Amino acid sequence: MAFVTANWNPLGEAFYRKVELYDMSWKLKEGLRECLITAAPYGGPIALLKGYQRRSPSTRPQLEIYSSSGVPMASFPWKSGLVKQLGWTVSDDLLCVQEDGTVLVYDLLGGYKKHFSMGNEVSQSQVMETKIFHSPYGTGVAILTGALRFTLATNIDDIKLKRLPEVPGLEGAPTCWAVLTQDRQSKVLVANGSHLFILDNTSCTSVTPPGLSPQASSILHMCVSFSYKYLALLTDSGHVWMGTSNLKEKISEVDTNIRTPPKQMAWCRRPKSQQSSVVIMWDRLLLVVGECKEMIQYPLDSDSVLVPEMDGVRIINETHHELLQEVPGACEEIFKIASMAPGALLLEAHKEYEKESQKADEYLREIKEQNLLAEAVKQCVEAAGHEYEPETQKTLLRAASFGKCFLSNFPPELFISMCRDLRVLNAVRDYTVGMPLTHTQFKQMTIQVLIDRLVHRKLYPLAIEVCRFLKTPEYQGVSRVLKHWACYKVQQKEESDEVIAKTVNMRLADASGISYSEIATKAYESGRTELAIKLLEYEPRSGEQVPLLLKMKKSPLALSKAIESGDTDLVYTVVMYLKNELNRGDFFMMLRNQPVALSLYRQFCKHQELNTLMDLFNQDDDHQELGNYYVKASYKEPRLEARVALLQNSVDEFYKAKNEFAAKATEEEMRLLRFQRKLEEEKGEPLVGFSLHDTITALLSVGLHKRAEQLYKDFRVSDKRFWWLKLKALAEKGDWDWLEKFAKSKKSPIGYLPFVEVCIKHQNKNEARKYVSRVTPEQKVKAHLAVGDLQSATEAAIERRNESEIITVLSRCSATTDVILVERLNRAKATAAKK
Amino acid sequence: MASHLSYGRVNLNILREAARKDLREFLDKCSGSKAIVWDEYLTGPFGLIAQYSLLKEHEVEKMFTLKGGHIPSAAVKNIVFFVRPRLELMDIIAENIASEDKLQPPRDFHILFVPRRSLLCEQRLKEKGVLNSFTNIDEYILDLIPYDSDLLSMESENSFRECYLENDQTSLYHTAKGLMTLQALYGTIPQIFGKGECARHVANMMLRMKREFAGTLIPTLPVFDTLLLLDRNVDLLTPLATQLTYEGLIDEVYGITNGYVKLPPEKFAQKKQEEGGKDLPTEPKKLQLNSAEELYAEIRDKNFNAVGAALSKKAKIISAAFEERHNAKTVGEIKQFVSQLPHMQAARSSLANHTSIAELVKDITTSDVFFENLTVEQEFMTGVDTDKVCTYIEDCIAQKDPLIKILRLVCMQSVCNNGLKQKLLDYYKREIIQTYGYEHILTLNNMEKVGLLKPQSTMRNNYPTIRKTLKLWMEDTNEQNPNDISYVYSGYAPLSVRLTQLLARPGWRSIEEVLKMLPGPHFEERQQLPAGLHKKRQPGENRTTLVFFLGGVTYAEIAALRFLSQMEDSGTEYIIATTKLINGTSWIKSLMDHPEAPLF
Repeated sequence: MAFVTANWNPLGEAFYRKVELYDMSWKLKEGLRECLITAAPYGGPIALLKGYQRRSPSTRPQLEIYSSSGVPMASFPWKSGLVKQLGWTVSDDLLCVQEDGTVLVYDLLGGYKKHFSMGNEVSQSQVMETKIFHSPYGTGVAILTGALRFTLATNIDDIKLKRLPEVPGLEGAPTCWAVLTQDRQSKVLVANGSHLFILDNTSCTSVTPPGLSPQASSILHMCVSFSYKYLALLTDSGHVWMGTSNLKEKISEVDTNIRTPPKQMAWCRRPKSQQSSVVIMWDRLLLVVGECKEMIQYPLDSDSVLVPEMDGVRIINETHHELLQEVPGACEEIFKIASMAPGALLLEAHKEYEKESQKADEYLREIKEQNLLAEAVKQCVEAAGHEYEPETQKTLLRAASFGKCFLSNFPPELFISMCRDLRVLNAVRDYTVGMPLTHTQFKQMTIQVLIDRLVHRKLYPLAIEVCRFLKTPEYQGVSRVLKHWACYKVQQKEESDEVIAKTVNMRLADASGISYSEIATKAYESGRTELAIKLLEYEPRSGEQVPLLLKMKKSPLALSKAIESGDTDLVYTVVMYLKNELNRGDFFMMLRNQPVALSLYRQFCKHQELNTLMDLFNQDDDHQELGNYYVKASYKEPRLEARVALLQNSVDEFYKAKNEFAAKATEEEMRLLRFQRKLEEEKGEPLVGFSLHDTITALLSVGLHKRAEQLYKDFRVSDKRFWWLKLKALAEKGDWDWLEKFAKSKKSPIGYLPFVEVCIKHQNKNEARKYVSRVTPEQKVKAHLAVGDLQSATEAAIERRNESEIITVLSRCSATTDVILVERLNRAKATAAKK
Repeated sequence: MASHLSYGRVNLNILREAARKDLREFLDKCSGSKAIVWDEYLTGPFGLIAQYSLLKEHEVEKMFTLKGGHIPSAAVKNIVFFVRPRLELMDIIAENIASEDKLQPPRDFHILFVPRRSLLCEQRLKEKGVLNSFTNIDEYILDLIPYDSDLLSMESENSFRECYLENDQTSLYHTAKGLMTLQALYGTIPQIFGKGECARHVANMMLRMKREFAGTLIPTLPVFDTLLLLDRNVDLLTPLATQLTYEGLIDEVYGITNGYVKLPPEKFAQKKQEEGGKDLPTEPKKLQLNSAEELYAEIRDKNFNAVGAALSKKAKIISAAFEERHNAKTVGEIKQFVSQLPHMQAARSSLANHTSIAELVKDITTSDVFFENLTVEQEFMTGVDTDKVCTYIEDCIAQKDPLIKILRLVCMQSVCNNGLKQKLLDYYKREIIQTYGYEHILTLNNMEKVGLLKPQSTMRNNYPTIRKTLKLWMEDTNEQNPNDISYVYSGYAPLSVRLTQLLARPGWRSIEEVLKMLPGPHFEERQQLPAGLHKKRQPGENRTTLVFFLGGVTYAEIAALRFLSQMEDSGTEYIIATTKLINGTSWIKSLMDHPEAPLF
């Protein structure tokens, strides 16, 4: 504890510290000399390609992957082409960019995933230099070709190659260059001697950094900060220029007095940094350059690599792994020598308290007097988060907890979540895991990503522990990890299908929201169809099973699963697939066993393929539907003969279906059509397509009474209907004489009230009156009322002593003009009611 | 705007807001100005979710109707298709895109499937080579649309036809999905009852989906205690009968679509006096009907014979309220009066509207035709002469009355007689074909397929038993102050609602025999609730039941259920959901087949 500040170095207002992360457990014979090395940010893995320039097949380069603590994760001889650059993607995949522009992708355990090309132009002129960069859109690759042109892909998961414009005056490799992300666009910053250019998709712009020392004749090196906000340039005059990456603002310029080109340069700043600084590395020297004249120098004893992080720089060499960062504010406040900050006092108070000394009270009092106890607790909690040593963390947290005792209303969440976070962080920092995450990085990368990273390393038990400990919702946490585990498990070739299916189901049984179909897909992709089918059985979402089953050519199973899901769209999908896969006979047979699919397919055919519909009915001997089919078809037929022929088909089918009624009705229709046709030809009356009723009406209205009679007899139209029909047709025509003759022809089967009413409807009261006398007694009142004869209506109603009829008549009488009638009716009403 | 949705027993506005949120999110996904190309069928249902103003806020500048050819030019960045997943529509869209003017600046295309995206349709778009033209292909899950404070509808017109005639259960899948959405918002429904094949199918899918979504649902305290799923074909009779409630009659006479009714304008003309009597409005008057209108909420479910009295009572109250101004003496009193004025004026115009509508409806209900028709219906429902030729039907056919009217009556006779003797059935069919045309042989066949018409089998006519056991006919119905649901049909108590009523008390066990006579299985399922979510009912607190009518529900049935909710001792309140609001006419129409006319 006393030595917390031992590794601190002052630089201007701030302090820098170099914390040892790991003693590297790797055994490197030749150190880091002569190899390509790349380490992923956020404490990610390290990849090494030893002897990368060797080309002879007898001594191939060796690709090795290590965790941040140097634990080997993969190693294999490199058999592909000459590698120019290694790099890690945001999702822990290794990119190897070859001289010919091919990029090979491996997972972090050395498994080959895929490859892609950076385009013809690159492969022709070869890769000269390349940089791998990260942006909000994913991981990108930038290439400088032998033709001195830049080609860029911003996201390797969705490759869109962009060839940037030419840099004017560039004759050899530029002295240095970097990729920037600005205004949602990736750009390249190139230095050619002392000239700087920004290249974007369309243009090449010359730029000058404000206030760059004029002594410089060449820019030797440049680096962009983790956030792409800042830029540092190192010139051949030994000056370091720092400013914003949009080149609008200068922060500082410092003379290093070293003129040799450095090996590497990286920004070393943290969010809420007190000052900006850059770390520059030469062969045996590491320099921290800030905003003041002074610099911090660290000697180096062996070849090292700098890994920029969002809150510092990691330094990796043959034996050690260190983190260089600006000391975080809270730590500085607490540990700075002779600090009187509330956190420092609280820490002191707690120390005294543990010694059982009354000084504890004095310190506490001092903080409380200034009303800073809450601040003190916060400082201690925050500082604990930035410390690496569990002991130091504990001391700080204990002090915080001690201080909390004297505070009412201090929200506990801050303390609790820091304890939780640190427990997780300490677990993943353990060298067996080897993820030296700082608390700031952890918060930035989120727990989801941390779990992904653990899963990529196949550290399933730890991932599950972390999820449970942090109470992550099951489907985002434990279930997700288990799914990944299962996907890995199904690829293990040595175990039998049964055993794997069983183990997987056992482990996953209680987890909710597991997608078995995803696991099954993995199994299928690794050639284990049987296992995939077994696993699919566990999938509760039948909809999810279908696409995979189809892919595996298990179409009958896919069909029944689709039906089970109730999702008709899915059923359609399978049916359409089957339709293309099978020959027609087999297809129909399969449908026959699946009525749901069959009726859906019928629906489809009804709208899309009428002919197939007929075949389907034929197959099922569904004569009724066949009959209906021909009926529908007949209506589409413009020619009468064809129409009748189709109807004849209907008749046959209806007989087969034992639907005698339909058959007879259809035969009648055929007869009617022929009759209509004949009459059309003879008389020029358009009739075809009319109903029997309308045909007769039409005939009557043009006076073809004989023909009408003929139809009436031929088609056995009921008397009632014929009388109605004739009555209406004649009235419509205004043929009152015919109507009268007709009424007298024989006794009307519909009575005579209709005659009255129809005449009235055609505003012919006189005609109507002719029939009133013939109306039956029951309808007399109505008839009288219809012709407006209130007097007679009254007589009739009273005679019949029918209360409701009396009321009806009353309702038609006016109280002023029909006084006498009203009186009589009322009297009659009273007696009728009595009865 | 939609505040009336919040006032019911269950706040259905939550559902509407959720739907609106999804819509906004989708619209924002297509950044920049846009034009919507509508599948015409969807505009009505969407109107219940969002007005044009919402679309406008999200940069929708133009709206077109989906049709062949090219999309009218509009200076917008995005073209968004709102369509049902139907192959015919995909063909039109493909045509639209293919004929896009190459010389104009290119526009981004998006497609929004309602209510669900479809692999089949995407495949079709792919075959047509336009699938890659779309920047976004998304789905807008619009299953259950809040229609009123106690009413949800899927507005799926052909649901009954598809399920019972064509054996296409797509709409049932949407139903099950819709019920899952509802449960996600309002909690798992612990009890599910059902009657009918489709009900069984929906319940099965729900239980299966529950397993599928295990773990992803956020547990919520259940709002509904019970779900009752009812197949429309369990009760084919009710929709055939003429509804006699105010709302029911408006629907029977004028037809209510998506909550709106179009009325003949003459009666509403008085306001335009100053323009002179010459130019009467010719455009039909369009009115929105829902419980947001206080007066309408009060009278909609009354028997029409009780509406007149209610209206005149209301008229007195309103004029009394206006008289109040003479009593307002102090400034404070006047101020208070003035503050109530807008409300009173709204009430007055609402009263005027409904008085006009009631007059229009009354002209119909007092006609002989209406009376005779009703008499026959009631004879059938009470079982009078259902096995003989009905002379009224004969006369109607002879006079070539509208076919749908005839079909409603014949079907009703068949249903009330558990089928007609073959000879009688054939007689009716022949009369219909000879009068209305041979093509209706297809429609008649459809009626037989769904069971609306059937030849009497050897089985006894069980309708009288059902009628007596379920008390479907009540002799002394009180239309003014009803004490039983039978008031909605002036004597006939809708079978579906009786089943609902008996389920609540004393339970279906008491009517096992009758349930067996009705088609399809009846069942009960329980859904496990997560621990701690069991509702503790306060003494006297009512249960909430969601009644889902698969294949449609009539306004009169809804009125009957509302009546049950309001009964003091019922103990249950009902929320109603359905695939579509129907009446006998729209229902029969949906089952008719119209073969395309010959081309000459």
